Amino acid sequence: MATETTQAAGDGLADTVGVASQDAGSAPGMPQLDFATWGNQIFWLVLALIAIYLVLSRVALPRIAAVLAERQGTISNDIAKAEDLKRQAEAAEEAYNKALADARAEAQAISQRTREEIKAEVAEANKKADAEIAAKAAESEKAINEIRATAMENVEAVAKETALALVAALGGSADAKDVDPAVANRMKG
Amino acid sequence: MATEAHGGEEGGLVFHPMDQFIVQPLFGDGAINMFTVTNATLWLALTVLAVIALMVLGTGKRAIVPSRTQSIGELAYGFVYKMVEDVTGKDGVKYFPYIMTLFMFIVFANFLALIPMSFSTTSHFAVTVVLALAVFLTVTVLGFIKNGASFLGLFWVSSAPLALRPVLAIIEIISYFVRPVSHSIRLAGNIMAGHAVIKVFAGFAAIAVISPVSILAITAMYGLEVLVAFIQAYVFTILTCVYLKDALHPHH
Repeated sequence: MATETTQAAGDGLADTVGVASQDAGSAPGMPQLDFATWGNQIFWLVLALIAIYLVLSRVALPRIAAVLAERQGTISNDIAKAEDLKRQAEAAEEAYNKALADARAEAQAISQRTREEIKAEVAEANKKADAEIAAKAAESEKAINEIRATAMENVEAVAKETALALVAALGGSADAKDVDPAVANRMKG
Repeated sequence: MATEAHGGEEGGLVFHPMDQFIVQPLFGDGAINMFTVTNATLWLALTVLAVIALMVLGTGKRAIVPSRTQSIGELAYGFVYKMVEDVTGKDGVKYFPYIMTLFMFIVFANFLALIPMSFSTTSHFAVTVVLALAVFLTVTVLGFIKNGASFLGLFWVSSAPLALRPVLAIIEIISYFVRPVSHSIRLAGNIMAGHAVIKVFAGFAAIAVISPVSILAITAMYGLEVLVAFIQAYVFTILTCVYLKDALHPHH
């Protein structure tokens, strides 16, 4: 029914435009509704679809899936490798920093030790020098004391003699036994 | 044949916008029986060859860094795969080769039909009805195999009030059976209409005064048709995915 209506409409259009009535072979109006060609079209369509399906499902799709999977694998591998390298680089940096810190600490320790050694040496030398100085001072004191003692004796002797001479000069009878205790008394006071 | 039929009337303005869709034998001009090699056969074969060229020859090197052709092949693969996965879910992925076949066939048939003087296979109801019926029957059978009688739950809208459910069930059933009709007519109608319109504009080009406008209009229509060629393939495929989802998970 629908076909006939369309056909009629098609014929009407054709008439107005000026087309001579068409032969039976070419479809009037819509060739889509010429059911004589449907069997042919459907046959070839099904064939084409089967061909495409076989080609896609047997060859193309597995291949593309494999390529995509492989690419994904490569990318994640590369990323993992890059991460690994980065970690290595970080470890190396850490090791370097540690070595640097160690070296610095050692240098510090060495300088500290040296400083202490030097200090100890200096202290030792000081002590020795002090001891020597003290010894020398003591010696000197002793010598001075001796000198002083002899000087005092000499002064006493001189004083006694002088006193004796003075007493004699003044006309007194000078006796060493009387003068000496007096002089010694005077010197003590 | 068609041109010979209209050979007599050259003067004046003649439109034969539908002649481009006439199926005719490629060799000789006998009657068309089932196995006659026709222009439809030729363009179906070219479609198959184009699919093979892109998907098999284009990916021949299996390169990790793809060539341009391989990129397009992979893009098509990813596009349809993601569509199937997104719409039908994980368990629909095993039907991906069938849906890919549909998409590749329609998209290439549509684009090849844009070559001047070519024959548009997808403008024929014979083609789209077969495609739509194949989808409809497969999906219906699959629904019953996967879900048994509970597939009928698709028509029983359990979220609606009880009184409304029978009415909704009738509407759902009608809409279910209209699916193959709209599915097939949408594709063939779009392609046929676009090509016919281009032909009509081309007819106007015979008049010298209008011809620049006509050529501009053809160019614009052609651009639109390039868009339509892809969009219709996409729509057909995604609707197939939606129907498949209904068959796999009939309970909304």
